[in-house]
Amino acid sequence: MSAQGFGASVRRKEDRRFLLGKGQYTDDITLPHQSYAVFVRSPHAHANLGAIDAAKAKAVPGVLAVLTGADVAAAGLGGIPCGWAVKSKDGSSMVEPPHPALAQGAVRHVGDPVAMVIADSKTAARAAAALVDVDYQVQPVAASITAATAADAPLVWPDAKGNVCFDWHLGDPASTDAAFAKAKHVVEIELTNSRVAPNAMEPRAAIGHYDAANDHTTLYTTSQNPHLIRLLMGAFTLKVPEHKLRVVAPDVGGGFGSKIYHYAEELLVAWASRVVGRPVKWTSDRMEAFVSDAHGRDHISKAQLALDANGKFLGLRVATLANIGAYLSTFAPAIPTYLYATLLSGPYDFPAIYAEVKAIFTHTVAVDAYRGAGRPEATYLLERLVDKAARQLGIDRIELRRKNLIRTDQFPYQTQVALAYDIGNYQATLDMALASIDHAGYDKRKQATEAKGKLRGFGISTYIEACGIAPSALVGALGARAGLYEAATVRVHPTGSVSVFTGTHSHGQGHETTFAQIISEKLGVPVENVEVVHGDTDRIPFGMGTYGSRSAAVGGSAIVKAIDKIVEKGKKIAAHLLEASAADVEFVDGKYRVVGTDRAKAFGEVAFAAYVPHNYPIETVEPGLEENAFYDPKNFTFPGGTHLVEVEVDPETGVVEIAEVAIADDVGVVINPMIVDGQAHGGLAQGIGQALLEEAVYDADGQLVNGSYLNYVMPRAADLPFFKVGNHVTACTHNPLGIKGVGETGAIGVPPAVINAVIDALAPLGVTDISMPATPEKVWRAIQAAKKGA
Amino acid sequence: MKDFQFHRPSSVAEAVALLKARPDAKLLSGGQSLIPVLKLDLAEPSDLISLAGIGELRDIRVDGDRIVIGALVTHDAVHRSPEVQQHIPALATLAGTIGDAQVRNRGTLGGSVAHADPAADYPAALLALGATIATDRRKIAADDFFTGLFETALERDEVVVAVHFPIPKRAAYAKFSHRASKYALVGVMVVDTGHNVRVAVTGAGPKVFRHANIEGILERDFAVDALAAASTPPDELNGDLEASAEYRAHLITVMARRAVQACL
Ligand SMILES: Cc1cc2nc3c(=O)[nH]c(=O)nc-3n(C[C@H](O)[C@H](O)[C@H](O)COP(=O)(O)OP(=O)(O)OC[C@H]3O[C@@H](n4cnc5c(N)ncnc54)[C@H](O)[C@@H]3O)c2cc1C
Repeated sequence: MSAQGFGASVRRKEDRRFLLGKGQYTDDITLPHQSYAVFVRSPHAHANLGAIDAAKAKAVPGVLAVLTGADVAAAGLGGIPCGWAVKSKDGSSMVEPPHPALAQGAVRHVGDPVAMVIADSKTAARAAAALVDVDYQVQPVAASITAATAADAPLVWPDAKGNVCFDWHLGDPASTDAAFAKAKHVVEIELTNSRVAPNAMEPRAAIGHYDAANDHTTLYTTSQNPHLIRLLMGAFTLKVPEHKLRVVAPDVGGGFGSKIYHYAEELLVAWASRVVGRPVKWTSDRMEAFVSDAHGRDHISKAQLALDANGKFLGLRVATLANIGAYLSTFAPAIPTYLYATLLSGPYDFPAIYAEVKAIFTHTVAVDAYRGAGRPEATYLLERLVDKAARQLGIDRIELRRKNLIRTDQFPYQTQVALAYDIGNYQATLDMALASIDHAGYDKRKQATEAKGKLRGFGISTYIEACGIAPSALVGALGARAGLYEAATVRVHPTGSVSVFTGTHSHGQGHETTFAQIISEKLGVPVENVEVVHGDTDRIPFGMGTYGSRSAAVGGSAIVKAIDKIVEKGKKIAAHLLEASAADVEFVDGKYRVVGTDRAKAFGEVAFAAYVPHNYPIETVEPGLEENAFYDPKNFTFPGGTHLVEVEVDPETGVVEIAEVAIADDVGVVINPMIVDGQAHGGLAQGIGQALLEEAVYDADGQLVNGSYLNYVMPRAADLPFFKVGNHVTACTHNPLGIKGVGETGAIGVPPAVINAVIDALAPLGVTDISMPATPEKVWRAIQAAKKGA
Repeated sequence: MKDFQFHRPSSVAEAVALLKARPDAKLLSGGQSLIPVLKLDLAEPSDLISLAGIGELRDIRVDGDRIVIGALVTHDAVHRSPEVQQHIPALATLAGTIGDAQVRNRGTLGGSVAHADPAADYPAALLALGATIATDRRKIAADDFFTGLFETALERDEVVVAVHFPIPKRAAYAKFSHRASKYALVGVMVVDTGHNVRVAVTGAGPKVFRHANIEGILERDFAVDALAAASTPPDELNGDLEASAEYRAHLITVMARRAVQACL
């Protein structure tokens, strides 16, 4: 291993440009003759569209065009496609409604785009947008799961009876019924998983540039997966062959899932550039982002846990209603199904599980993957339920978990919900987290808290997730309309420096550093001599992008495959230079060496020979040193661990403060500990954000009540304690790096730990339930209600 | 934001003359309330008249039994002022709770007072301390100044020049911040002038108000426990997503207790 290889906290190479303010984000790009687009968005959650009068808007000086749904239809643009098809229990296909880029006939959520105004300046475009006169005939609204599933609820789509998109299930109902029949105890819970808005720091933006001379389109966009966007635009929406479309996702300021999807604005700027004959730029503002970016979570669930007399889990039944919004976003159907119900075994040994999920259309913006995507919802449900069982049965919460965690000798472990866990050590992460938080000293800390007139609570969550998405054949069988492999090119330059081209995309994760470390580890090249290129379909062979904590596990594995090919080819060149047989040459510490001798050639010398092939095995080996590889994962990876939280509650105000957070994760092999810790920190901030602060609230009329930072509560540094982060490594068994993935662990593991801690603090007062987010008023009310009940 | 004409007068008289000549003009101080309003197109002034060039508005001085703070003094300058910290520490503390560092470095006392946001902090201090607002033409008692939601006794072309704060015997401010905006969800300023007790509440209602019930209780017994009897009818308080009127009413008592505790 080199000093910059695995285990080294190499400083992030990309931070220099970010810290100097020299990042190149989409909005930083200004093309010659660029024009500006502003969208007219529906202020109503549901309305039929009458006439759209753009005469006044078109008269504003500088306005180039006002485009509507009719223009989109006339141009033959395709609707925004859904990338995952889920089938209902009865075998029928999900209801897949049309999704025109600009509304046609009706609008179905606040923020639904109705018209696009393009002008010389953003100011002119904004002024004109305000003058577009739209005849909205307001219709009844169903803006929540509860409203949409009520008898006689207004329908979002006529074809979706009862607003059900699909009614799906997983697991074995008969064996689950049998498990409940013999159970000594049955514990029930009903809970909601609150809706959140993703809020990446950089709002979405896109620039379309149609080059008429070459009949070629370039799209700059804030995407986590430029090739996926090109695929969808090429095949479905813009309908041009791939070589006529270049998609560039330059520096991107956070995504958290919300920048995976193909959004209408991407198609519209690309098309509008053709219409007006100039580049067209659109940059979302924050309030627009709140009503147009896909949201996350939003479930209502009922679950039952069956236990035997000793507290051993016998079975689990779950029925979930998942809000999917008004339109199907790219991966929306997969989130509450294959990324949710498949995780309901958690880290536990469950003999039987049966889960039913209904996806419900509502008059709200689409719901799709948000950091964790399905797995936080599963973890929250399970960990709240396990805690409730412990209280109901009078068993210590840690002990109940210990009784049921999958033992190390049970791996590989086949769950009752399709997944097969390859490896893990849940006891080790539990012990590590308990030691890290000094659980033995808890009572002392509790006394100190009580001396201040406050309440202290301890919360635990033992969790698992599935990452490294995913084996293509498997996800294909489950309804994915794409493969989920990854691609890489490793180009060794003549002097031995290296360019890596990856199909993953870095929007905060630090790939430019960690992927350089993979090269350093494997080839002995210093990270300074490695360039990592991503985000441009013209430069990257192919790739499915970054989400689901897949970049290192899947993208990194593709890089390793390419490196392996380089090393093999280099062996043949080195053998020639060393006048030995390739079978006798080994590659160690950045050198090719004849086994058992000190005769060696440095990697750089071999690279040079490959490009200056004077003394070279030219008959059998091609010049050059560059290799492509595609890697299709063999299984999901299964990071997991234990998240512990201690809170202090002010009983007078209901304010919850996080006193301690200690986590022990098993994310597999760690490349850069600093970056891995940073990913954990970010995930924890968002997980704590959901548990205590954030919630996207729609009123009955479908207005997003808190769609700005005046009242949507984002977590800030001052809301969070110092995190104690530990890693216990069991290496993933089926990918070449042993990596599992770390991008989402914090957001998945911590929310139930926070809520369990709040409930623990309030339990002496008689409080048994609190929903996310545990706001001061909610906590105060729970205390008042418990006092009245007592 | 629409186009506007920009002016930078060097005296208050000049500013007033500009205001009189241009009926759709607005004064600009720190811009921390006005610029967001302009960005959202909620106001479209023809002219912005910046007070930044008028140096005399930046003074803080002790004048006998009062502290006089110029309209252009930033929240941060009040927070750090040795005079304020020595004579009315509660006011320095209050200024330090406003928004965040950027807002405190730009936002001004005069702007905050003139803007009269129902959740702003200074109005509670002005009202509880019995301050006087000095303008280009007159002096207005705080009790007469805050007339409604974003409404004051100021005339359209009137400029706040300074605020005179009488130095109290003891005072304290307790604030429960809105978790997103950091404005006061409920802010309670308790002042013992030496002659009487004045209590002002911000954030909870459509405008800052004096709390007669709590003042009466504290006049009789300036003690934390005395406030067990305090109450606020919720019907005139604000209720929103962040806090219902009932919860705000409860927080008024809690914050009043904490302010009294801090006075002792
Ligand atoms: C993110 C954020 C958080 C904030 N949090 C808080 C908070 O916690 N507590 C709080 O109290 N405030 C808060 N504020 C508001 C802040 O304190 C503002 O600075 C203040 O309300 C206005 O002062 P200004 O100098 O910025 O005035 P400006 O924005 O320049 O002006 C505000 C209004 O006052 C008028 N005006 C300005 N100066 C004068 C004058 N001398 N005479 C007459 N009229 C004048 C202007 O014409 C305008 O109508 C926050 C603001 C932001 C942006």
